[in-house]
Amino acid sequence: MSWISKTFSSSIGRKIVMSLTGLFLCTFLVVHLIGNLQLFKHDGGTAFNIYSHFMGTNPIIRTIEWGLVLGFGFHIYEALMLTRRNQAARPQKYVVNHSEQNSEWTSRNMGILGSLILIFLIVHLYNFFWRARFGGLDKIGGTDVETRDYDNLYMAVVSSFHVWWYVLLYVAAQFSLGYHLWHGFGSGFQTLGLNHRKYTPLIKAVGYGFAVVVSAAFAAMPLYFFLFTDDNGQLTSAVSPLVHSLTLALK
Amino acid sequence: MAGSNPNAKPMNLTLNVWRQPSPKAQGKIVEYQVKDISPEMSFLEMLDVLNEDLLHKGEDPVAFDHDCREGICGSCDLFINGRSHGPEKGTTTCQLHMRKFSDGDTITIEPWRANSFPINKDLSVDRSAFDRIIQAGGYVSVNTGGAPDGNEIPIPKDIADRAFEAATCIGCGACVAACKNASAMLFVSAKVSQLALLPQGDVERKTRVENMVAQMDIEGFGACTNIGSCAAECPVGISLENIAILNREFLTAKATSNNLA
Repeated sequence: MSWISKTFSSSIGRKIVMSLTGLFLCTFLVVHLIGNLQLFKHDGGTAFNIYSHFMGTNPIIRTIEWGLVLGFGFHIYEALMLTRRNQAARPQKYVVNHSEQNSEWTSRNMGILGSLILIFLIVHLYNFFWRARFGGLDKIGGTDVETRDYDNLYMAVVSSFHVWWYVLLYVAAQFSLGYHLWHGFGSGFQTLGLNHRKYTPLIKAVGYGFAVVVSAAFAAMPLYFFLFTDDNGQLTSAVSPLVHSLTLALK
Repeated sequence: MAGSNPNAKPMNLTLNVWRQPSPKAQGKIVEYQVKDISPEMSFLEMLDVLNEDLLHKGEDPVAFDHDCREGICGSCDLFINGRSHGPEKGTTTCQLHMRKFSDGDTITIEPWRANSFPINKDLSVDRSAFDRIIQAGGYVSVNTGGAPDGNEIPIPKDIADRAFEAATCIGCGACVAACKNASAMLFVSAKVSQLALLPQGDVERKTRVENMVAQMDIEGFGACTNIGSCAAECPVGISLENIAILNREFLTAKATSNNLA
């Protein structure tokens, strides 16, 4: 076995891969979130559809997409390997164990939280990514020569987010993601050895903020469409004046 | 048996103790009653009372590890009511006093549970895995000869203090016992960072961390997931910062050492 494979099959080596892929996936979340904020633009989905067309066709994005697949793949693979190792390290459990008195729930349940996110991810990819990439979506149509042949992903989003169990799944998944990030963000830095008395409190605080903001913003999307819009993504008459005055106030 | 404190009332307790006759045998929890326990006794003295009772009855006394009984040797490895060394923070079992419990309490006592710490008997476990990790690199090689002057190697005070903090690890194994993953990384990191901080440790710096981590993996300890229960339960307060130093030392050594194996 070469020194490289030895390094990355050691317990610390696997942790380092976990942390690097985890932090890489955090950057993906930022990009995904910023792009998706266009769902909130009141333009009937035009900006979002142009953006999703770009993401689906740009060769650079398509290349980075493979990096993302590898990032998820290695993160999940190493999680399985580490979990297997860790379970073998204590075959007989304690009769009484009050681990809640010495550690946080999230940090002890990253595997469960990650598995919930994975289930969500499979459903999510099938519903949006798969249909966008391999057909099954309506075209935008209309008179604009530039955009009329683009997939209307926006309408797929709107219709999905009017199914109650789908909205419930999304919101629940964002809770899992939030708790996963709550521990994972700071933990990633610790694993890379980036621990310093001056900066670690800051890294942890940023991690907690990141976990709350990212998960809340993603959860807001299905809730927004489910509660405030009709089947075409237009604001319902009950909330329209409210949002209108809010928009004016913000301007 | 109330001791010197006139207000200390003796207690009666129910003990749920893990009994296991030999390493491979099936163990189980056995319930015992102990009476007239002074709140001023240490936890180990309370177990001594139990064992005296058992001997008088002609039963097999409970095997448990203990030696110095003053918080230095790290022998007294008991998992008490779901916590390493019991409910009190920053103490070993011998420093835990019965005044932390109340009359009528039920106390569950188990051995450290880790595949790498096989049970000898009852509550006594074999922690020689720790010895083998230290043998793999937790030392500095010193040539014999005249003793050098102590001030010849300048070490800044704050570095010396941090190295000393890491050096206070007594190797009790509470970190492994408390960790969900039965990971030994806090123990290994204490020795690695102690010696990495000091100039004397610099000579064997890279081989030390490579060999100690390799031995830790061979022994079958779990991998750290930064839960933090180890540091929370450590009787001498070894901090998680040491694990970050271990990770850093390991990564640097793997990337820059001349070891191709």
